[in-house]
Amino acid sequence: MSGIILPRRQLIARAGGLVAAAGTLPLLAGCDAINEAPLTRKILSMGEEMHRASQRALTDRDALAREFGRTDLSPVFRSNGTKLPEGADYAAHAAAGFADWRVAVTGLVTRPLSLSMADIRAMPQRTQITRHDCVEGWSAIGEWTGVQLRRILAAAGLKDRARYIVFRCADRIGDVLYYESCDLIDALHPQTILAWALNRELLPIANGAPLRLRIERQLGYKHAKYLTGIEAVASLDGVGAGKGGYWEDRIDYEWYAGI
Amino acid sequence: MLMSGLMIFNAHPRLYWGQYGANPDHAWFAIGATPTMGFVRIGETRIETTGLLGRWTDAQGVEQTWAFPGWATIPTSYSLADGRRWHLLFAWVLAIGLTLYMLWTAFGGHLRKDLHVRRAEWSPRHIWHDICDHARLRFPRGEAAARYSILQKLSYIAVIFVMLPLMIFTGLAMSPGMNAAWPWLLDLFGGRQSARSIHFITTWLLVAFFFVHVAMVLLAGPVNEIRSMVTGWFKLPPEKAQ
Repeated sequence: MSGIILPRRQLIARAGGLVAAAGTLPLLAGCDAINEAPLTRKILSMGEEMHRASQRALTDRDALAREFGRTDLSPVFRSNGTKLPEGADYAAHAAAGFADWRVAVTGLVTRPLSLSMADIRAMPQRTQITRHDCVEGWSAIGEWTGVQLRRILAAAGLKDRARYIVFRCADRIGDVLYYESCDLIDALHPQTILAWALNRELLPIANGAPLRLRIERQLGYKHAKYLTGIEAVASLDGVGAGKGGYWEDRIDYEWYAGI
Repeated sequence: MLMSGLMIFNAHPRLYWGQYGANPDHAWFAIGATPTMGFVRIGETRIETTGLLGRWTDAQGVEQTWAFPGWATIPTSYSLADGRRWHLLFAWVLAIGLTLYMLWTAFGGHLRKDLHVRRAEWSPRHIWHDICDHARLRFPRGEAAARYSILQKLSYIAVIFVMLPLMIFTGLAMSPGMNAAWPWLLDLFGGRQSARSIHFITTWLLVAFFFVHVAMVLLAGPVNEIRSMVTGWFKLPPEKAQ
């Protein structure tokens, strides 16, 4: 019996030591050191891949995000991130009502395009009232009008090697123009649109004028604003630092933001 | 899960009911800071929490205005991205572990032998008696100590079969991908922001359970209780000779 009790006492003594240390700095610093270790980062990133793979495998890849009615609209649609892109270029476009704004469709396409806002508005449009979810935790419901991305990609002719769509933006954060990307499942999804209207009015500058992405089954930072380019690529390796998006490359937000 | 969840909450320390909710909308719960103090607001009632919530001093002596303090979050300094990484990976551990434990509980006999509430135990008199015993910290002795009391049974059933599954499903209801795949999640909880509120409230119910549970273990004789959890060897407290 003493054989059992003795180690038990040692265990308690050790546990007591841990508890005593818990309130002190070294342990907290230890936690942060674990958080930053390369192996930890590798293990932590497995969670994202498990969520992406299981959502893609177990649920309908074409499932539609819920569409709401006009009575469900947020009274005020909050904006976030860049609210006014810097630079004389953007200011000049804004002053001219974005009459000369162009969106380039490039990369692995058979017919590269350069679309004006008039070209985009002349295509068949889709209007949807959907909920926007910020990674921070808030949500806002808005009515969006624009053209389905898949129409534009069909017009440009995606090559077989294309696997991802990269979005180029006019807003600069620090020294870098914002960019994002998604796979073809979300790019060709019927609710993925390039929106130029919010709540039946031209898109406000704070919300991405003149054109922004709506990618309704993912979090807000994927919805690239101030769109200037759409690029089809085979791999994300050559995009930014290789993780596929501005925040993904800088602070390790998930590339798959459907969770 | 708790500490990384508090980090995620810090990114937007406001809670709403319904489908949407952002800064311009009414929050039923908020943690915030004025230039001089930290506070928690529940409905219209504001409680000062300077030093603990909303406004506190970090380990380097710098005043911070994040909702929950660094010692309570993973990591200690603000990183929504890292909080999410920890939370969303360990959500898998919780979901898979809980599923296996529920199956084992339901089919391995634990539910039938230990947690099943017998008819006599449902009587209000019996439940009241057990509440009084707990309140007076009068623990069962002899053979009775080897069985769960009615309060234990109800709280374990609530944790395993109600609260933990609720955490997982309200968590899924916050995922825009899962909302599209399983729209019934939104109907079940009354919207993404309601799900977020329920997730937060249930968190604190689980924390309360944890503290009461651990306090009871300590009061009932920690060595005997923990040994019985690990090895199954439980020494019955002798009957009182009265």
